[in-house]
Amino acid sequence: MTTKHRTAKHRKQTAYIGGMRPQDILMPVAAGLCCKPGGFHIDPVRPVERAVITHGHSDHARPGHGAVLARQETLDMMRLRYGDNFARSTQAIRYGEEIRLGDVKIKFHPAGHVLGSAQIAVTCKDTCIVASGDYKDAIDPTCTPFEVVPCDVFITEATFGLPVFRHGDAADEVKKLLASVALFPERAHLVGAYSLGKAQRVIALLREQGYDAPIYLHGAMETITRYYESRGIALGELCAVKGVKKADLAGTITLAPPSATSDIWTRRFPDPVTAFASGWMRVRARARQRGVELPLVISDHADWDGLTATIAATGAGEIWVTHGQEDALVHWCQARGLAARPLDLVGYGDEEEHEVVAADEAEA
Amino acid sequence: MNRFAELLDRLAYEPGRNNKLRLITAYFRDTPDPDRGYALAALTGALSFKHAKPGLIRDLIADRTDPVLFGLSYDYVGDLSETVALMWPKAPPPGHNNPPPPTLSDVVTTLRTLGKTELPKQLACWLDELDETGRWALLKLVTGAMRIGISARLAKTAAAALGDKDPHEIELIWPGLSPPYLDLFAWLEGRGEKPVNRDPAPFRPVMLAHAIEDSDFANLDPADFIAEWKWDGIRVQAVSGRDERGYMQARLYSRTGEDITKSFPDLLPSLHLPGAIDGELLVLREGRVQTFNVLQQRLNRKIVSPKLMKDFPIHLRAYDLLGDDENDLRELPFDERRAHLEKFIKKLDDPRIDLSPTIAFDSWETLMAARADPASAGAGEDADAVEGVMLKRRDAPYLPGRPKGQWWKWKHDPHIIDAVLMYAQRGHGKRSSYYSDYTFGVWTSGEDGEQLVPVGKAYFGFTDEELLQIDRFVRRNTTEKFGPVRHVVHEPDQGLVLEVAFEGLQRSPRHKSGVAMRFPRISRLRWDKPPREADRLETLERMLKDVTAN
Ligand SMILES: [Zn+2]
Repeated sequence: MTTKHRTAKHRKQTAYIGGMRPQDILMPVAAGLCCKPGGFHIDPVRPVERAVITHGHSDHARPGHGAVLARQETLDMMRLRYGDNFARSTQAIRYGEEIRLGDVKIKFHPAGHVLGSAQIAVTCKDTCIVASGDYKDAIDPTCTPFEVVPCDVFITEATFGLPVFRHGDAADEVKKLLASVALFPERAHLVGAYSLGKAQRVIALLREQGYDAPIYLHGAMETITRYYESRGIALGELCAVKGVKKADLAGTITLAPPSATSDIWTRRFPDPVTAFASGWMRVRARARQRGVELPLVISDHADWDGLTATIAATGAGEIWVTHGQEDALVHWCQARGLAARPLDLVGYGDEEEHEVVAADEAEA
Repeated sequence: MNRFAELLDRLAYEPGRNNKLRLITAYFRDTPDPDRGYALAALTGALSFKHAKPGLIRDLIADRTDPVLFGLSYDYVGDLSETVALMWPKAPPPGHNNPPPPTLSDVVTTLRTLGKTELPKQLACWLDELDETGRWALLKLVTGAMRIGISARLAKTAAAALGDKDPHEIELIWPGLSPPYLDLFAWLEGRGEKPVNRDPAPFRPVMLAHAIEDSDFANLDPADFIAEWKWDGIRVQAVSGRDERGYMQARLYSRTGEDITKSFPDLLPSLHLPGAIDGELLVLREGRVQTFNVLQQRLNRKIVSPKLMKDFPIHLRAYDLLGDDENDLRELPFDERRAHLEKFIKKLDDPRIDLSPTIAFDSWETLMAARADPASAGAGEDADAVEGVMLKRRDAPYLPGRPKGQWWKWKHDPHIIDAVLMYAQRGHGKRSSYYSDYTFGVWTSGEDGEQLVPVGKAYFGFTDEELLQIDRFVRRNTTEKFGPVRHVVHEPDQGLVLEVAFEGLQRSPRHKSGVAMRFPRISRLRWDKPPREADRLETLERMLKDVTAN
């Protein structure tokens, strides 16, 4: 389930040279994570002069900044969502490429979260901090695999930061979906999946299982899915669900944004089985709350085992924990003698909970 | 065990009856004996072993996890079995010595004989071997907390579908069967003879009636029906039969098949002829049927003392005869069974058991009059214990469950008021995309003049077509949204009037209106009526007085 972690050379809790403490390099402020010596913010939630962006999800990649440095895919996704003028200037960076900004050097490494997602290593003098954004260490055919980056301070997300979140093999979940399609050939299967990343991953997983029938798409996810294809990710035959006759949707699979699967939009499907692909589906009450009939535990965030294994593998002596279940992860780190603290950053969350489909798209 | 767990997991989320059936049948088809038999037992509540206490589960997890992490996780998940199932540490990767995960049969047969002290170790061992869903199902099973949300009837129907059999046939032989039901599955798959029932006094699944609506009468011919009073007691089945040694065995069952013989020892001597009577248990004093309230005083006692039996003399009023000695009468039409019953009761000749009288009628109007005034239509002084009228098709065989169009119950008029729709909320499951839960109110004078006060909530009674109409109305007339709740316009000249039927009223200090309805349901949509003409709270208060006066 998890990719092999590169063995990291263990660094002792560093005596920081020249009085440079980690919090002097990166520091949480209202606009996001601020790097003063480098003159930039990482994933700022408010417009800033210079932004460095980990990935294209809307809570991390926002419009209105001066200069934006990011992976080409992330810049493209922002352009698709916000239009051509989403920033004054942009600069693309490759994985492994090093760029100097002010007094720091930064380097992008794959985060395995969605297409183009990156961890950002910020090095100032001898201290290296890795801001990992959102990440997962599970295999995903639609993006470059996660890479462990040895560092002194590791900034980790904690979306699924409780030991009850163990996500298992996504292929098994897709098999569950296909078994249901086989058992109920007269019903439509409607899979709620976040439009950017999750949907394409589910499609790719279905293709890996040998499912080669056309897969239908809700209007809101066509553009981004076509973009994935343009980046060389093969997703097989895809059709817009708009305009397809109800009876013709029997026995088919349609991908839709999560909010659409509980809306009147679903009435166009014959007796739909509503599935939802999300790490949250691991907890039954969560699935029932959403009226899901077929929960599929497929997550684009690391699960508990992934978070803890990654933290250990980076060799970092200090861990900063953001957005999610910080308490449990901080406790886990401290119990292992690591300096750990929650980083109070606001504005990030689980993208699935926030995806809102505009009314015209919902009716599409 | 993992496969069974997967089935339970899926059933828990699937709202549709037919889809549940398909899932269970598919499981029976794909799963070998004896596992599927134990699954059928689990689904029908036929498994029995000593349950593990939650404390034992807590101890197991405490030995294996950090207490802070467990606390945070339990808080989040909210269910002990599920938290433990998800948190249970991964077992070492399978080596050549690792046993395969336990099957459902392994679990059931082991639990039957396992000593209390061996349980924790065995449980831990299974938890190591199962996956998350398997662990969840195991813990639910051993703690006796498995709530699957399907009836035993549904599980049997799913089994019947395996062999394209009528579920009725399984019901008939069910009392003689036991887990893992090898003979049953062999028969269903055409590999063996139909099993026979060897219990001398078995329970037969009960036949139930539908509530009749005014609109139903148009399609029914009075000549096809026999009418009787619906007595307000408890429905029972009294069965007698000879065991292998020739001794008479008598048992009394509730309508769900629960053996309640012990509570009514005073009735047993009267059941001295082999047969199976479907009837109503009543208390009679000096030949008069007492109300349900009187009967209830006897039911609530743990110990059946001679004094209790004397003060609350028990009586059986016979509706139907399902078996006469060795003969199964259930396939016969009702009027023939009734003839057998009359003979049987005569032969029995016992003061504690009598025949439920029929009501003479030649049109629905005459019957309606009888129902309105049971005292003058034959019920005499027992009229207070009459709950309504039962209509039974003369040609109806005795079918388990609630078969369509065979038996009807025609209760006293439900209470009806016109109320105004105030708030709507999305439904659950299949209805989650519709606004199908409605809060309605009636008018009352408040400080700011006339205002609506909520008096109840209903989510039944309308047709699918009406649901669509209300849903559309709600979406177009929303004034405010609070999470899943929509406020719907409710002004004197703007809004939707709902005709609400309900079974009874109670005073309720918890409700702003001071009254609470029992089983309210939407009986009609009054698009024609302006909200200002809806009922007032005073009407309900008057009804409440009438209820208490009775
Ligand atoms: Zn993200």
